Amino acid sequence: MSVRRLAPQEVQPQHFAWSAASQEKVAFWLGKYPQARRQSAVIPLLWLAQKQEGWVSEPALRAIADQLGMPYIRVYEVATFYTMFHLAPVGRHHLQVCGTTPCMLRGSEDLKALCRSRIGPAFQVSDDGLFSWEEMECLGACANAPVVAIHDYYHEDLTAESLGALMDDLAAGRNVTPGSAIGRATSAPEGGPAVLLDESLYDGHLAAPVKLPNLPEPA
Amino acid sequence: MVAPMLADKDRIFLNLYGRKGWQLEEARKRGAWNGTREMIGAGRDWIIQQVKDSGLRGRGGAGFPTGLKWSFMPKEVRERPHYLVVNADESEPGTCKDRDMMRHDPHLLIEGCLVASFAMQAHACYIYIRGEYVYEREVLEAAIKEAYEARLIGPDNVHGWDFDLYVHHGAGAYICGEETALLESLEGKKGQPRLKPPFPANAGLYGCPTTVNNVESIAVVPTILRRGAAWFAGFGRPNNTGTKVFCISGHVNKPCNVEEAMSIPLKTLLEDYCGGVRGGWGNLKAVIPGGSSVRMITAEMAEDALMDFDSLSALKSGLGTAGVIVMDKSTDLIRAIARLAYFYKHESCGQCTPCREGTGWMWRVLERMAVGEAEHREIDLLLEVAGQVEGHTICALGDAAAWPVQGLIWRFRHEIEERIDRYRLARPHVQGASLIAAE
Repeated sequence: MSVRRLAPQEVQPQHFAWSAASQEKVAFWLGKYPQARRQSAVIPLLWLAQKQEGWVSEPALRAIADQLGMPYIRVYEVATFYTMFHLAPVGRHHLQVCGTTPCMLRGSEDLKALCRSRIGPAFQVSDDGLFSWEEMECLGACANAPVVAIHDYYHEDLTAESLGALMDDLAAGRNVTPGSAIGRATSAPEGGPAVLLDESLYDGHLAAPVKLPNLPEPA
Repeated sequence: MVAPMLADKDRIFLNLYGRKGWQLEEARKRGAWNGTREMIGAGRDWIIQQVKDSGLRGRGGAGFPTGLKWSFMPKEVRERPHYLVVNADESEPGTCKDRDMMRHDPHLLIEGCLVASFAMQAHACYIYIRGEYVYEREVLEAAIKEAYEARLIGPDNVHGWDFDLYVHHGAGAYICGEETALLESLEGKKGQPRLKPPFPANAGLYGCPTTVNNVESIAVVPTILRRGAAWFAGFGRPNNTGTKVFCISGHVNKPCNVEEAMSIPLKTLLEDYCGGVRGGWGNLKAVIPGGSSVRMITAEMAEDALMDFDSLSALKSGLGTAGVIVMDKSTDLIRAIARLAYFYKHESCGQCTPCREGTGWMWRVLERMAVGEAEHREIDLLLEVAGQVEGHTICALGDAAAWPVQGLIWRFRHEIEERIDRYRLARPHVQGASLIAAE
């Protein structure tokens, strides 16, 4: 298991409050669960707090606990159990480098080495505050390994060079486009798919009324 | 035996690669939401029987017959409502199929949710998607919004079965792919698996009857009903029927996802769809055929292995999620498995001692073995500890952590021994005594 702790007291802010934009999203999430089960919203709300502040602070945990009618310890448990919650501030661009075996077989060790040399140890924010990184467990995009998630979106088929170029772009304030770094179309093989090329499948004939096979005899 | 390639018209996920739009209008052109009202009109017993007849087995790894699972739900709804929960917490290393279905063909999943919920008399369904899949969640939410607006789902919809569909997300915990851990997480708690019984069909989400199914198991159902159980059952070998999305990663020339018939020979899959093994078939060393949690097979075994439940379990491996991880001769297998051991150590929920302590112990020993700094007798010790973790935990994560280690030792023990010998040769002064204890 992964053992995680809240950030030390001197890093913690005094207060937490939802922004107007977040409040709308909070209401959206709360609407998904029965009123008596609003504790279900704890992960989405912690996530929204992280989106708003960049990390999950102790005042945020308490505010969410109060809002959902949960004991503080239950929210602490959740925040420390789920590893996507940053319990301390991260850099403006936080790189989530997948390091599990399928990515490792395709070169994620090089990506980690690049992060270590350009940023420093995992979770350490670079001096200019721009970057931090962490090693993730399988991101679930193995056919496009190796993968790095930046600002929630996946950058795929990377090499140390292409990740370096991405970091240059981020540092210069340029937008980066998620997806394959070698121009692959999603999870299709390099050079284009060999299947699903039959255009007649997409001409709309499949929308014509169908008679379901094996229907029961009308009584 | 050369299997003919699955014809495009027999593929279920016509937009697997996202070449067309995921939106409702385009999804309808591909046949989604066609005949749904007739499916509902035919009744729940008919739907469940069709799914049973199709031979569909759960696509999330365990391969439990889907129709049978549905029939475990109470026949009548009493004071507790029924729920369907879709497991989209795809985190098994090597697996990335649900991701493509959700971002490119979300309407098949939504339609499947309606039909399956109706079959189990559920008026509400939650899709639990992993936290990292942010884009996929955004697409899914947008597709659900479309479905509500077109009154395909929602209260008083055109199908005559009141139905609400919600997306819920996690925040990075592999264990939430275990169905009861997923339910705990959905209830706003740590994702620690529950003791069974009671099974979710009796007491699942919020203590109510619940069925948890994988994304692929649900998304294929409408097409099975449209084309007939016999059509689906016509692919693959008996007891291993249907089409399946395979994910191939690692040392092939062109890693990809592809939908094919079950029981396709592994060699065909790699050669026809993935441009072959890097450096040619002769350069193959080992394959993990079903996501990281199954035992690896050697190149010789891969020669005529079929990609289905029975063929792979006869090889003491498994189809699992059909995430094929290919490793060529350049691979340091001990290091590759050590990294998987770290994964299980990281993802153990910490509830059961054999898993919490065992996963960390196995990882530390494997890291030493990867450099050769170990004793020969520790190989058997490692095997014994793996056997003690396996089957002694509440959920299957303990088994999943033990099996890759067993696969390595059963099939490539000589590599570990050679590594240890080589390490000792270079350092005569530590011969016969490891300076570091197991812990």
